[in-house]
Parts: sequence; C-alpha cells; structure tokens
Amino acid sequence: MTSELDGAGGVLTREPIRLRIAPTRHLISSALLVAVLCAVTGGALISAIWAPGSPVILGFQLGLTVVIAAGLILVIIPLIGAIQASRVKNPADRVEQRTKSAKSRQRAAVSMGVAAAVLVVMGVIYFLIVNDASVQKTFLQPDLMILSFPDILAAFGQNVFIALVAQVLVLIWAMVIALLRISKTAAMKPLRSLATLYIDIFRGLPAIIVIYLVGFGLSFTQIPGLSDLSATWYAIIALTLTYGAYTAEVYRSGLESIHPSQVYAARSLGFSYLQTMRVVVVPQGIRRVIPPLMNNFISLQKDTALVGIIGAVDAFNQSQIYAGNHFNLSSVTIVAAFFLIITITQARLLDRYLDRQERKRSGA
Amino acid sequence: MAFLEIENLYKSYGPNAVLRGIDLSVNQHEVLCLIGASGSGKSTLLRCINALETIDEGEIRLDGDGISGPGVDVNKLREHIGIVFQNFNLFPNMTVLRNIAVAPEMLLGLSREQANERALGLLDRIGLADKANAHPDQLSGGQQQRAAIVRSLAMEPRMLLLDEITSALDPELVSEVLSLVRELARDGMTMLLATHEMNFAREVSNRVCFLHQGTICEIGTPEQIFTAPEHPRTQEFLRSIIAAGRL
Ligand SMILES: Nc1ncnc2c1ncn2[C@@H]1O[C@H](COP(=O)(O)OP(=O)(O)O)[C@@H](O)[C@H]1O
Ligand SMILES: [Mg+2]
Repeated sequence: MTSELDGAGGVLTREPIRLRIAPTRHLISSALLVAVLCAVTGGALISAIWAPGSPVILGFQLGLTVVIAAGLILVIIPLIGAIQASRVKNPADRVEQRTKSAKSRQRAAVSMGVAAAVLVVMGVIYFLIVNDASVQKTFLQPDLMILSFPDILAAFGQNVFIALVAQVLVLIWAMVIALLRISKTAAMKPLRSLATLYIDIFRGLPAIIVIYLVGFGLSFTQIPGLSDLSATWYAIIALTLTYGAYTAEVYRSGLESIHPSQVYAARSLGFSYLQTMRVVVVPQGIRRVIPPLMNNFISLQKDTALVGIIGAVDAFNQSQIYAGNHFNLSSVTIVAAFFLIITITQARLLDRYLDRQERKRSGA
Repeated sequence: MAFLEIENLYKSYGPNAVLRGIDLSVNQHEVLCLIGASGSGKSTLLRCINALETIDEGEIRLDGDGISGPGVDVNKLREHIGIVFQNFNLFPNMTVLRNIAVAPEMLLGLSREQANERALGLLDRIGLADKANAHPDQLSGGQQQRAAIVRSLAMEPRMLLLDEITSALDPELVSEVLSLVRELARDGMTMLLATHEMNFAREVSNRVCFLHQGTICEIGTPEQIFTAPEHPRTQEFLRSIIAAGRL
C-alpha cells in the first residue's frame, strides 16, 4: 500500500499518515455508538419516570438531559478534529495532520470513557426510581433511617470493640503460628506440623461456622473460664482463630521474602535464631506485608456482622430488629453505610501510607 | 601452632562435593587471600569456618580450640570471627548507627550509650559519621560495605572473613573499600578473604591460596603464586585472569 500523496515517494514519507487515520475513525465510531446508547437509555429513563408534578423527578429529568447533551458534545469535538485532520492534503503539513488526528483520537477515547460511565450511573438511577421509586423507598426511607440511627450507632460500638480486640490478638497469635511454620529444625517438627494443620483447618472453615461452633460449643463445655464468657468474647475468640490462620500465611510470605543473606548477616554477628527473627527478619517482613495485612483486617471488620448468630447485639443485629418491625430495610442501609465509612477510610489511609513509603524510597 | 587451623575439611551439598579435603592454617596477624574460579568453594569454606554451614568431616580449630562439630556455642564463636559478604549485609530496617551498635548492645552487654559511642567512633574512622542516622539504602555501595566491615569490627573479633566484598560494587567504589581492608591489615587484623581483585591480593596478602574444585591446588607467597605458579591449573587460571585484563 504505497501512498500517492507525496510525489517524491521516499520510503520514510509513505505509510505513517494513512496508518494513523484509520484507528481514529474506529474509535470515533465506537464513541458514537456508546453516546447513542447513552441517549437512548437516557430517553427511556426520562419517559419511565414521567410523573408530572413532582419537582424531584423534574430535577432528575433536567439533570439527565444536561448530562446527555454534554456527552454528545464530547463526542462531536473529536469528530470535528478527525474531519479536520483528514482534510489536510498537503504533504508538507503532515506533522500538523498527525497532531490533529492524535488529538482527536485522544478526545474520542475520553468521551467514550465518559459516556460509558454515564451509562452505568443512569442505569443505577433508573433502578432506584423505576416502579414509583419502590427501591428507594425500601432502602432509603429518611424517617426510618433517622429513627434507627442512634441505636444502630450504639450497637456499632460492639462491632468496633470486637474488631479492635480481635485484631490485636490476631497480630500476636498469627506471628507465633508463622514463626512455627517457618522453623526448620527437627525439634520443631511436631509444632510445625500442628501449625500447618491449624492453618489448613481454620482457613478452610467459613467464619460463620467457627463463630457458631465457638459461641455455642464452648458454653456447653462447662470448662471454668471458657464456658461462661459473653457472646462478645466468643466472637473475638472465633474471629481470632479464623483470621489468625489467614494472617499467619500473610506473615509467612513476608518473612520468607527476606533475603537469606540478612539472616546470615545477623547470625554471623552472633545473634541467635530467635534474636535474628526479632531484630532483623520480623521487622522487615511485616513492613512488606502491610497491604495484605490491612486487607485481612478489613475482612475481619466486616465479619463482625456475623456475630449476631450467637446472640451478640451488634449493629447489623440491631438493624434487623428495626427492619422486622417496619417491614423496611432502610435501617440496614445505615449499617451498610457505617461499614463503608470505616473500610473506605482505612483503604484511603493505607493508600496514603503506601504513597509516602514509595516517595521516601524514591526520594532517598 | 597457627591461629586458625583447618584439617581435612569435607563438605557437600547433596551429591555435590564442594570442599574435598581442605588443609589450611592462618597465623595470627596474617592476611590470607583465597583465589579461584567461581564455584571453586571459596564462599563455602568461609561459611564453614564461622559455622554458618555444618561440615561433613574434618576439624577446625581457633587458637587451639575446636570450633567445628556438635557442642560448639556457635553464637559465641561468631562473636570472635566476623564475616562480611558480597551484598545484603546491612539491615535496611535500621539506621547505619543502629546497624553497628545493635550487636554490641545485645550481645556484649554494652549500654545503649556505650554501643552508640563505639559505633560512632568506628563511623568516624571511616569518614561516615555524618551518615550515622541515614538508612543503608541512602549510602553508596562502597559506603555500605565499609559500614558492614566496621559493624563486624564493633564486636571486636579476633579474625575477619571477607567474601568478595567488592564484587558487587561499581568499579569506582572498589578502591575505598580496599583501602579500609589495607588499613586493617596494617593494624594487624587476622584476615581470610576471598577475592577477584588480583592486584589487591598480591599487594595486601602474606600468602595466597588457589582453590580448584574444592581442593587447595597451590598455596604460597603472592610472588610465588603470581609470578611463578607451579601447578598447571594455577597457571591456566592466572592466564584467564590476565586475558580478562584483571591482573
Ligand atoms: N547453599 C547451597 N546449597 C547447595 N549448593 C551450594 C550452596 N552454596 C554453594 N553451593 C554450591 O557449592 C559450590 C561452591 O560454591 P561457592 O562456595 O559459592 O563457590 P565460590 O564462592 O568459590 O564461587 C557451587 O557449585 C555451588 O553451586
Ligand atoms: Mg562466592
């Protein structure tokens, strides 16, 4: 495919221009398609919620129309750019042509992304307000949310308490298991096998079953000190056992990622095995697994919502009482929001921490 | 009686016989260089001496005292024999100062102030006092290796093992590390070092030992080994070194 454009016909001046226009057209037609989809759904949405009189819905419609219009304009801009680019005929303006088509290609990609996102958001809104806003009324009824808020907030303290205590215990307990697991001597073999067995069992069992077994099982045993604990403490024990297993594996991967030379270096100074672990390997290993450690903790925090099955009154449990009394799930939405707030906050804090670490390392 | 005596040392990793009957002795205040091709067993020999590896057969004695085999307090032994490796020596989770002070403090029973003081003194001696509170990854490779050497010195060992401590360094950083070793030699530190720096080996050592496939092929003064090697293997090895422009 030789271009007729440049009379000189030099090898270097042939292909690139044509090759660069084709994908631009491709992108723009895709962008148009998504935009049309957007417009159609938007139209469907507007007609679906056509209920004259309600100012809220009127506002929705107006907003949607604006969004759709903006999306269309976003698609038209790259289209114009592409047309301009294809108009350039003079071989001398090749660079300009290339720049223009590249720009329009970029804009087409952006508008496609925007249009697709709008599509998703409109789908969600549609789901909320379709059928006389029944979804919104089921999950987001303001008066019920306000009514249940204080009790649920108080009960959420239980979730926080269980999570905090269990996390501290997990941090310690999992390290014991991980150290047993990576031990190498013959003397440690029996304990090492036990640690492996423990991990296999508790990683394989659903948390809800462990909570159930511990919560009801231990109280049947009549063992002094163990059979008369509160449901809260049974929950803490159960979550520690379950997440201890996961976290031990996370620790292990961190400890094993430390270069053996670090162990050699410490041992060669005269440190014992345990001193080497404490002073050199564990501090470095933990630092490397902070992200998966945080993930485990977020899972643990979420699983505090399971403790209701053994009679601990947590936020979820409390919200179910409201839900049952009012045949409405708005109180549960509150619990959901609580969980989201704490988990998202932690995720962002972790991101910040990792960013800072990264910057410190590259700044050094 | 020599300071360090190695007798009939055998060591294998599974079917791979790495050291096959090593007899070697190092006198007090002597600097002995191990040379030999990669894989000839230099590192393994050094690691056997301070018990980072168990040995299969033979005996190692330090100052007449058996230091190999069961029943030896290896942690105590290692306080007396320092070793520095090619890389990954310093602990990245501590400052340079802590790297040096931590072992004397925890193992020799020094107070934190005493240990820090000793560490600072050593850092000062190698011109790195201003890096005391830096972390290892903020130091150049040469500075890291020098800090690693003085970290060993902080334990006041009776002997130092150095395993190719300049092999991982950029060429322009090699000399600062070698100068420090040279200085230690002058101060009378007993050293056994594996190295690829032939010129340095020739200049600094009292004796040079050529290792070939886990046996000592030839041992003698630097003059002898580098100018009139007797064994064909040694000659071949030196030819290849010269061809590579490293002698
Ligand atoms: N930890 C180990 N496990 C198994 N084989 C090893 C180990 N360390 C060294 N070896 C083997 O021992 C031989 C000698 O290695 P090494 O002592 O490192 O030689 P050098 O330091 O002279 O290059 C090599 O064949 C190497 O593969
Ligand atoms: Mg080696």
